[in-house]
Amino acid sequence: MKRMTRAQWIGAALFLSVFISHAGCDNDGAAPPAREGTYSVTVTNLTANQPLSPLGVVIHLAGYTGWEIGSSASSGLEILAEGGDAATFLAEASGNADVLSTGSGSGIIGPGASGNVSLTTRQSPNLRLTCATMLVNTNDAFTGIEGLSIGDLAIGESKTIYAHPYDAGTEENTETALTIPGPAAGGEGYNAQRQDRDFVSAHSGVVTNDDGLATSALYESHRFLAPVAKIVVTRTQ
Amino acid sequence: MKRKGIPGVFVLAIFFSTLASPLPAAQLSVEVTNLTHGIYFTPLLITAHDNATHLFQGGATGTSTLRLMAECGDISGLVGDLGGEDADTVANPAGGLLAPGMKTVASIDTTSTGNTHLSLVGMLLPTNDGFVGADSLEIPEIPSTYVFYLNGYDAGTEANSELLDTSGCTPGMPGMPAAPGGDAGTGGTGVASTDSNPSVHIHRGNLGDTDTSGGISDVDSRIHRWLNPVAKVVITVQ
Repeated sequence: MKRMTRAQWIGAALFLSVFISHAGCDNDGAAPPAREGTYSVTVTNLTANQPLSPLGVVIHLAGYTGWEIGSSASSGLEILAEGGDAATFLAEASGNADVLSTGSGSGIIGPGASGNVSLTTRQSPNLRLTCATMLVNTNDAFTGIEGLSIGDLAIGESKTIYAHPYDAGTEENTETALTIPGPAAGGEGYNAQRQDRDFVSAHSGVVTNDDGLATSALYESHRFLAPVAKIVVTRTQ
Repeated sequence: MKRKGIPGVFVLAIFFSTLASPLPAAQLSVEVTNLTHGIYFTPLLITAHDNATHLFQGGATGTSTLRLMAECGDISGLVGDLGGEDADTVANPAGGLLAPGMKTVASIDTTSTGNTHLSLVGMLLPTNDGFVGADSLEIPEIPSTYVFYLNGYDAGTEANSELLDTSGCTPGMPGMPAAPGGDAGTGGTGVASTDSNPSVHIHRGNLGDTDTSGGISDVDSRIHRWLNPVAKVVITVQ
């Protein structure tokens, strides 16, 4: 086989460089790659009689965790799970460098109803979504999703999660009228005291007055089984 | 050209048949989290096995060794059924009880056995014969992380009296052998005296009450109930 001359090498290199830059031109002529994504979160309340508090939504990277089974709830999650107010939960998230966007729902989501929050954020393959909402006829039950990968969603694609009820572990499940903030009782919401086991777990359900807990302000319709909500995350742009 | 092309196709065919053949089994870690608010898991048994083995099956009568596990938290009989502890049978990874909210990890290596399925059991305390169970999950082959949620089962071997009896445990003896959280009562009159379904089934949960010195049950309805799932299992295939 003949060896290439120096001139031939240079010619080949030039040809390649022209080819590469031409490919670059082609790319520039096409639509620019998407740098932002818009994600719509729709929560449908599947319970019989547990209104859900206004939704708190966080879009983030791996360095943020909304809650973890077996670990103590943050103050923001405690306030959300005991009183239905997502503001502190979202403020805590905003203070984390790995959180890209936060948003809250506009109102209570009644049984059978749906609520929606839409957030636009810079696009990354590592995007995750966390959201939380209180079951308001309880002491400190909440539902939501924690760290769902959404960076792989193309525009128009969605993921559906049937969400479990969780117990924030920050308030004893006494079910008394003084401690249930929802319409079943109108009692106190958030209380800074940590009275229960102080770790997040799956919720064991409510006992209710009808099932023998004489001091409970709840009745049989307030009971729930898992799942308690259907959550659909759709990338709309 | 044609004569040259045929061996090329032949080589490709060999290549694809190699891809299609089952991959050798793998090393995996199995992380188990107790999701419940107030129920303890007794020492867990986690084992990889072939597709014909079952520690239990819903709708089938539990074996005597399953009964020993579900009523007394003793997995030694089931470990014996499996031929003892080895690379793909792990007993008691948590070194005792797995408390609510806690997690433990077991390492399973199926390289020498080629086992393809995974099962897990451990008693739920306080219950009469409740257990957390995974019946023959197919072990994924592609290296990645997989999440499974497990339910609470009733072995169907003992009536759910919900009465605590800490005087020792043998299968067939009525009563819950322990309430590790120390949050149960005494003096209950008993919830169920017989159970109508003698086969393994989804546990209906504890009833409980709030009377620590009487009432129908010795367990607390605010603490010792649960909803499914009771455990989260994360399998990482390496």
